[in-house]
Amino acid sequence: MVPLNWYIGLSAVIFVIGMVGFIVRKNILIMLMSIELMLNSVNISLVAFSHYLQDLRGQVFVFFIITVAAAEAAIGLAILVALFKNKAAVHTDEIMEMKG
Amino acid sequence: MLSKLFFGYFAVIMVALSLLVITRRNPVHSVLWMLVLFFHIAGLYLFLNAEFLAAVQVILYAGAILVLFLFVIMMLNIKVEITAERFIGEWPIGVALGLSILMLIYFTTSKLIQGPAGQFSIEAIKAETHTKALGKVLYTEYLFPFEIASLILLIAIVGAIVLAKKRG
Repeated sequence: MVPLNWYIGLSAVIFVIGMVGFIVRKNILIMLMSIELMLNSVNISLVAFSHYLQDLRGQVFVFFIITVAAAEAAIGLAILVALFKNKAAVHTDEIMEMKG
Repeated sequence: MLSKLFFGYFAVIMVALSLLVITRRNPVHSVLWMLVLFFHIAGLYLFLNAEFLAAVQVILYAGAILVLFLFVIMMLNIKVEITAERFIGEWPIGVALGLSILMLIYFTTSKLIQGPAGQFSIEAIKAETHTKALGKVLYTEYLFPFEIASLILLIAIVGAIVLAKKRG
């Protein structure tokens, strides 16, 4: 039997990789994919908790997370397409209208 | 022992694949590595007795969301992408931040105490089948959140059309 802590460790490592990817990459497309990575790592930990606590609520939460991830991907990619049409830029350092 | 070996394989491969996803220069390569990663996550779900979620993972993530990403990549200019700088100049700060948060998660979860077990043991799910048990919980206890989820999807459809349409 694999200990529950191992699953949480795996989930944490993938979450942190996704977070670092979101921070260090310039390409908005890869940043959106890093968000998907983070959501998936949370799903892994929820399914593991659901299995070890013998309760199906964790898996129901995974459903809702998948729903929100699909909506987020659709909206994020629509924003990206609109941005590319208007500015022909997908790198975060080329977008500086707000002088940040 | 065999289950630990199985988990070890999945853990090593999944961490390596996530690192490949965030470091590749070409976004198409990133998407394809992510496809392999999602299949491994589905395998891990099967390992945790969540077979319906494994099917949903393959159909929805690998089949729908990644195809959406590939469609958007086709509209962008890959030639510029391949020659441009990948990382921001301050990338060591990002990596240090990630490592510190990993330490924080490790120290908070290492003293984890498991709570009392619920009513859905493996035998109970096996007697009822996993999809049926999950559907019963989803459509009785979580009916209202389920309706809200459908509303979120509707807003996403409308929002995507409004954002991506031509100015007119």
